[in-house]
Amino acid sequence: MINSYKFHRRLKIIYSDENYIWPRYRKELLLLYRVLVKKRNEVVNMRNLWLFLVRYNAFFWFILFFVFSILLVVRNNNFQRTAFVNSSNVLIGFFYEKSNSWKSYLALSSTNEELALENARLRQKLENYIGKDTLSSAHLVDSIDVDRYQFIVAAVVNNSIHQKSNFLTLNKGTKDGVELGMGVITSNGVVGSVLNVSRHFSTVKSLLHPETKISVTLDSTADAFGSLVWGSNTDSRYAMIRDIPNHVKVYKGQAVFTSGYSTLYPKGIKVGHIVETGITSGESFKEIRILLTTEFSNLSHVYVVKDRLATEKIELEATNNDNG
Amino acid sequence: MGRIIINNTIRFIILIMLQVALFKNIGYYNLATPFPYILFLFLLPIGVPNLLLYVIAFLTGLTVDAFYDTIGVHAAACVALVWFRVFFHKITLEADVINSFETPLWSEMGFKWYSTYILLGTLVHHLALYFVEVFSFQNILYTLASVGLSSIFTIVVIFIIGILTYKRKSRLGN
Repeated sequence: MINSYKFHRRLKIIYSDENYIWPRYRKELLLLYRVLVKKRNEVVNMRNLWLFLVRYNAFFWFILFFVFSILLVVRNNNFQRTAFVNSSNVLIGFFYEKSNSWKSYLALSSTNEELALENARLRQKLENYIGKDTLSSAHLVDSIDVDRYQFIVAAVVNNSIHQKSNFLTLNKGTKDGVELGMGVITSNGVVGSVLNVSRHFSTVKSLLHPETKISVTLDSTADAFGSLVWGSNTDSRYAMIRDIPNHVKVYKGQAVFTSGYSTLYPKGIKVGHIVETGITSGESFKEIRILLTTEFSNLSHVYVVKDRLATEKIELEATNNDNG
Repeated sequence: MGRIIINNTIRFIILIMLQVALFKNIGYYNLATPFPYILFLFLLPIGVPNLLLYVIAFLTGLTVDAFYDTIGVHAAACVALVWFRVFFHKITLEADVINSFETPLWSEMGFKWYSTYILLGTLVHHLALYFVEVFSFQNILYTLASVGLSSIFTIVVIFIIGILTYKRKSRLGN
């Protein structure tokens, strides 16, 4: 740092000594003076800037960290890539699994009951195949469809219903064949789709998430398709169906099923019952409120749906887009 | 110094555990959810350098984000909270207190200071949290309602924790 008082005095001495150096090197000295003043001003300015930064450092750190966090948020919203920091992470998955192993005891009896009910239902279905004369019923069963879906049983180790965007964590990962984008169902409804997978765990984007959309159909009119969204964003028991044309007649209590158009869910899984039909958005589509059959507040075991024909279907459909 | 680090680490672990194991499952739909883990950031020693404070807040936020699957949202809110904290300390505390490594406890700072501190800090945190999470100004009334109700919820929980630890603290002091 140049001491400004001494600096000016030294320059004054050079200027006042007219007989000696001033007349001869006038031009050079003037130039030197200008350069020195400029240098000094630069140093002072740098110091002022530094002082300013130090004085308001809290604010600048805030801006830096806040912008970085927002970048993380935006990046995570736009791309569904496998981020390291989520609950499919081994450490956090492990924590949730441990804490769930305690919690699951509380729901043991109701879980048992649910599984027994499902067993009974499946047994009933099986009777239809075994008991019937295969000659008459053989043509009803499409052997491609029978082998198409595989179900991976997984335990829910973490679940949320109180957030704006809700997620689940399952205790099955790539090791057990879970892949990105697979559908997840329970014995009595749909749950969501796989968002992130690690080796031992996977996270699921729940139906209770503003971005989830599931293709559904009404039971009696198989030609009317709509999309199931959470819509309300508050209650985990209800959801909305959008895009059903106005001319389609619906009534309260009518059952709603998955359409099987996407590769996520098999056709004909019961999703819920209509509870409110009169909601019109002023357009040519109806909005319908349904009571979900899935009890999100009480999930213990789910099935991850593995569609063997998924890649084939997606590849075929991708060629449509190329031409169109 | 060593005891301060150990105390804060224990406080961090306990509060994060409580948050993800207990308070995550409590709430009135998604209108009101308590986030008492921010008490950890409130109770960091007063003299911690700013940069370290921000790094701690950011990492705390990321830890909670990892459990909530909302990467960046809690980190942003915690960083905002720390900014408020630095500002509030600067305008309310004397220079010698600012440079000491005291923990700003209820019993140390008095009810008036402590309650203002918690009240405003919680509001700042929840405002940042909900607006970053929603990421738009649509339904602003609904968002503000969640901010208000969640703040009340969080503040009540923090004061309950305060009362419980206050008694223990004074008994140890005597």
